[in-house]
Amino acid sequence: MSTEAAENYALSFTDLKVTFETAGPDVHAVKGLSLAVRPGEVVALVGESGSGKSVTSTAAMGLLPENAYITGEARVGNVNVVGLDQGKMRKMRATDIAMVFQEPMTALNPVLTIERQLTEALELHDVAYGKEATDRAIELLTLVGIPDPAKRIKQYPHQFSGGQRQRIVIAMAISCDPKVIIADEPTTALDVTVQAEILDLLRELKDRLNTGILLITHNMGVVADMADQVAVMFQGNLVETGDVQQVLLHPQHEYTQRLLSSVPRLSPVIIDENAPRSEPTVPAERELVLEAKDLVLEYNMRGKIFRAVENVSFDVAKGEVLGIVGESGSGKSTIAKAVLGLLPVAAGTLAVKGHNLPKLSTRQARAVRKDIGVIFQDPAASLNPRFPIGDCITEPMVVHKVGNKASRTKRALELLDAVKLPRNVINRYPHELSGGQRQRICIARALTMNPELLIADEPTSALDVSVQAVVLEMLQDLQRDFNFACLFVSHDLAVVDMLADSVVVMQNGKAVEQGRVDTVLHAPTHDYTRRLLAAAPVPDPIEQAVRRDAWRILNSTK
Amino acid sequence: MSNTNDNLPQNLTSVAEVEDAKLARQSEDSKSQGRIVIGRFVKHKLAMTSSVILVFITIFAFSSVGWGVIPGWWDKSYLDAGAVINGGKPTLSLVPTWLGGEGIRWGENPFGQDSIGKDYFALVMTGTQKSIIIGVVVGLVSTFLGAVIGAVAGYFRGWVDEVLMRITDLFIVIPLLVLAAVLGQIAGASSGSIITLAFVLGLVTWTGLARLVRGEILSLREREYVAAAQAMGSKTSRVIFKHLLPNTIGVIVVNATFAIAGAILLESSLSYLGFGVQPPESSLGLLISQYQNAFTSRPWLFWWPGMIIVAIALSVNFLGDGLRDAFDPRHTGKKRRRRAGLFALPTRKEKP
Repeated sequence: MSTEAAENYALSFTDLKVTFETAGPDVHAVKGLSLAVRPGEVVALVGESGSGKSVTSTAAMGLLPENAYITGEARVGNVNVVGLDQGKMRKMRATDIAMVFQEPMTALNPVLTIERQLTEALELHDVAYGKEATDRAIELLTLVGIPDPAKRIKQYPHQFSGGQRQRIVIAMAISCDPKVIIADEPTTALDVTVQAEILDLLRELKDRLNTGILLITHNMGVVADMADQVAVMFQGNLVETGDVQQVLLHPQHEYTQRLLSSVPRLSPVIIDENAPRSEPTVPAERELVLEAKDLVLEYNMRGKIFRAVENVSFDVAKGEVLGIVGESGSGKSTIAKAVLGLLPVAAGTLAVKGHNLPKLSTRQARAVRKDIGVIFQDPAASLNPRFPIGDCITEPMVVHKVGNKASRTKRALELLDAVKLPRNVINRYPHELSGGQRQRICIARALTMNPELLIADEPTSALDVSVQAVVLEMLQDLQRDFNFACLFVSHDLAVVDMLADSVVVMQNGKAVEQGRVDTVLHAPTHDYTRRLLAAAPVPDPIEQAVRRDAWRILNSTK
Repeated sequence: MSNTNDNLPQNLTSVAEVEDAKLARQSEDSKSQGRIVIGRFVKHKLAMTSSVILVFITIFAFSSVGWGVIPGWWDKSYLDAGAVINGGKPTLSLVPTWLGGEGIRWGENPFGQDSIGKDYFALVMTGTQKSIIIGVVVGLVSTFLGAVIGAVAGYFRGWVDEVLMRITDLFIVIPLLVLAAVLGQIAGASSGSIITLAFVLGLVTWTGLARLVRGEILSLREREYVAAAQAMGSKTSRVIFKHLLPNTIGVIVVNATFAIAGAILLESSLSYLGFGVQPPESSLGLLISQYQNAFTSRPWLFWWPGMIIVAIALSVNFLGDGLRDAFDPRHTGKKRRRRAGLFALPTRKEKP
């Protein structure tokens, strides 16, 4: 790359290699990456865990830990930051290169006001001081769309919503007009409707300030929505780069092809005002496994009662999958908790196979739970780190005093076969497995007692796209083979569309719409369902542009 | 996630496949967390040295004067007075003759004799035994109480937690030495047995561990594997003792070692003040208290028990340090330096 050409780039990498020294063998996180971001351009760096995408961005910020060794070049403007002196690097941060982090909750200091945090960068870089800095900060907040900024600037981070906090983080990133912004999964922690708003904001700012954006994400929908150029990383290598339309619509590398094919997609949505709201046709011989009527669930927070779920009714029959979708705080996981007996039922009925849970004694409830299996969201936390895999899987048998040692081991091996893991895993420990493999162990554990009801609480949202595809396919197969009823809680409409027969859409503790999946998700009648559907980005840049406009119209009329 | 395995097939095009290939290739024995911890502990030099010293002192103390009815290899009893030989000076000499000393020699009374001619070696060894027994018993009692009370408080929260933690506070606000002295004297007067004294000390020193375990449990109980165990119908006792407490073992073990060191020092202080072990029994603190006036004239009467207290307490503390580092390697604070010369200097990242 010639020097003249390099000057036109906001950020460029030339043959970047990053190696970490660990207690074991050295880890080659990035194996020779070359990439460039022009001003006013969004380059999406896409990859799954372990691909080295975050390490690349951290190298550009000069924030890698001490055991990292870097070769090659990472140029911000025309300064090579590899091996740059810390003092010089510090001067470049915020003014030349800035970062938007994933988790707005932790990226802001909870004990300082927004004003203090916004003016800090301005004062450090001699941009403005005192009153002037505050004025500039208010200006920045106006720019990122915080209402009433002059008043709200005195507030603390906890007084803002998640989306607003991410806007403030963005305001901090643009405060010193950087040449390039690195956005590391900027919308991963946010709900879809908020995500759409934040992406709109980033797009608008980029055009206005002519900054380059290096967008790091695993979400192909976000890529289709935002990016001009796409770079796909896999296991530390750059496997494919190119124009967004070319990469997403005509991928060349096999990895990109498989990655795109494993993204769950919603089948086309018909938004028709006059679509008749069809009632679910109930086959006569439905054998109800789970039934909720006017269910009310409450959290007791230090004497203050918070109603998380209000008057929700649904039922699941044998062999059926019911999806519960909603954004954070909608009460969808609370329902799963109540079915599992982790939360008391405040009012209404919640019956498993005709036994009303709130009326059962502890002993009876324990017997009922034998027929319920559960899969949780976080594969890192859902297996006891001190139990070998075999004990994890057979624990339900131990709890319910079923079988002896030999029959338990036999069952564990059967289940390992069912989730397609090698049999010798039985003596390994959870920390030796990857997230996806652990989630498969969780599925095996959930099926140990041949349950009639499976509760899956966001089982794939912590997993990579391709791993998610494997796990979902497995769930589908097992559901077909074992014919259990399943309550599937998720925020991802496409996943629910793929798995579920019927769906409940929740908002703020209420079921706003429910029915068969093909009715609710393809011809929604409620405004909220439509907004949810329109906000979820699809991995197709042309279709996404159309959807974006539809979303804008829908959003402006709310 | 590491991607070091260069010997993996190169044609894999999905993360799921790469992970499964790695799992299939994992050939070395799987290690439980316990074995990993032991591996790290064995590498901790200071802690290993301390363990060796501790084991040596323990074996020496128990084998020399015997335990209960089992006789030891040392023929003198700590109860028998005798003629004071050579002013009771120690006969032990460690300086060889060629360095101008008296040669390496054990002698009749290696640690000397006290004023009525009792063999001081036997007295100190008996005292060491008592200190070790007290340390271990107090460690066990206080660890058991602290772990269970902390776990119950942390698991049930609500009023159970309130009641248990206020009781804990009550024990904390009363000065430990006063409480131990009063209870110790009652225990000592009623039975005179050192195990009773150790039990009583254990009853008043569990508070710190209870608070620590409670904190750990409060965070662990929100983990999903606990929810999974509850959801599959596990009894509360199983959740606490199978799922929660084993995962706080790091905190518990580390604190147990510190509790042992603390108990040995507490017993010494009590005996020094006259509230702990009573003569003619022997304990290290009691020996120091009895011969504190002899410090200038017959310093060995002070130095031997004093040095052994310090040696035990220090090595138990170092042992605890080693265990803590083994359980939580982030606490070591050691920095790894890369071997030089692999990469050219200019491309090395600057250290902050």
